[in-house]
Amino acid sequence: MRLLLGSLFALAVAALVGLGTTWLALSRGTAFGAVSVGAWTAWPKSGTRDIDPYSRAAIARSGELPVGSGDGVAFFARTDDDGRPLDGRCDVRLSGTTPQARFWTLTLYDPQGHLIGNSVDRQGFTSQEIVRSADGSFDIMVAPRTRAGNWLPTNGVDSYMLVLRLYDSPVGVATRAAREAPMPSVVQSCS
Amino acid sequence: MIRWLLWLLAGALLGGIVHLVAVLILPRTATQDAYSRLAPIAPVNAVTPLPEPTPQNAVMPFMDPALAAAVCRYDLSDGPIKLTVPLSPAYTSVSFYTRRSVAYYAINDRSAGRRQIELQLMTAEQHADLPEEEDVTAADRLIVESPSNTGLILMRALAPEPGLMPIARAALNRASCKVEPAAADR
Repeated sequence: MRLLLGSLFALAVAALVGLGTTWLALSRGTAFGAVSVGAWTAWPKSGTRDIDPYSRAAIARSGELPVGSGDGVAFFARTDDDGRPLDGRCDVRLSGTTPQARFWTLTLYDPQGHLIGNSVDRQGFTSQEIVRSADGSFDIMVAPRTRAGNWLPTNGVDSYMLVLRLYDSPVGVATRAAREAPMPSVVQSCS
Repeated sequence: MIRWLLWLLAGALLGGIVHLVAVLILPRTATQDAYSRLAPIAPVNAVTPLPEPTPQNAVMPFMDPALAAAVCRYDLSDGPIKLTVPLSPAYTSVSFYTRRSVAYYAINDRSAGRRQIELQLMTAEQHADLPEEEDVTAADRLIVESPSNTGLILMRALAPEPGLMPIARAALNRASCKVEPAAADR
């Protein structure tokens, strides 16, 4: 009887630990091969055959196709520079510059990777579309209400993520230091 | 007390194994991976333009709305495939994925240099079977080796502004992906 109870207990723990850690690892992303610059994280090896098993599983589960290494690299931000999750009810300012690339796109998704509808039907920006200052730097406001300048609507969702994709860029698998990939700062202010 | 701790430890260890096994077999058992999502709408060995992602409807998550996309779901069992993708004015890229969504090769218009990206896709065996002369004379012919018989080719063209999307789409609509008849025109 004791043996039965004990082994049932062990199996329950195994299921909880095994499946729970799997779910956590796949939904948060792991640190294997990650390149982090401020709030932005990329997994450049996900675009190559050297993709790690966790990214492989996460991609199989979500149904996405990762950006190939010869195409570009994708940086993901789920939090601001201070680590607080991005909230669509707050105002988030992206400012600065991006690493060198022929083009880049910034897209806003919900945590599952779906686009979010809004009144102006804008889900992202390309590097050609944004208004920049004289030195090439820019400010993008990601906020629920209209803003002057580059405004990316959040439509008030409580949680979202930003994906900055650099196309035809030297940033990739060989990038190690943050200074090789200067990413815009992500500053969130909630009122 | 110690007994329960030992059972807990055993459970945790077993949990670690469950975790590793789950992560490793997931790609094989996934029913909603990219290939499975595209199979119903993309016939084999043909170019299928993908509908633009919208908040209501998207074939796959995390599609970039600024790029027009087309896919060729390839199957090399009938022979090598010839792929031709006209270049769009802003940016064009072609990425190759295995059946399990592993990107094994990608090329963009910078490497193409001409008005179109033109290449042949074949398995390692088919590459080895190529007659000697063909391999040598085609110095500027790009041959991509696929690790598996089936997979996906994703062609994308950037629209720098939403109004330029029709131009990007038009370039992809002229792409072709088909099994090359074996030396039929010699």
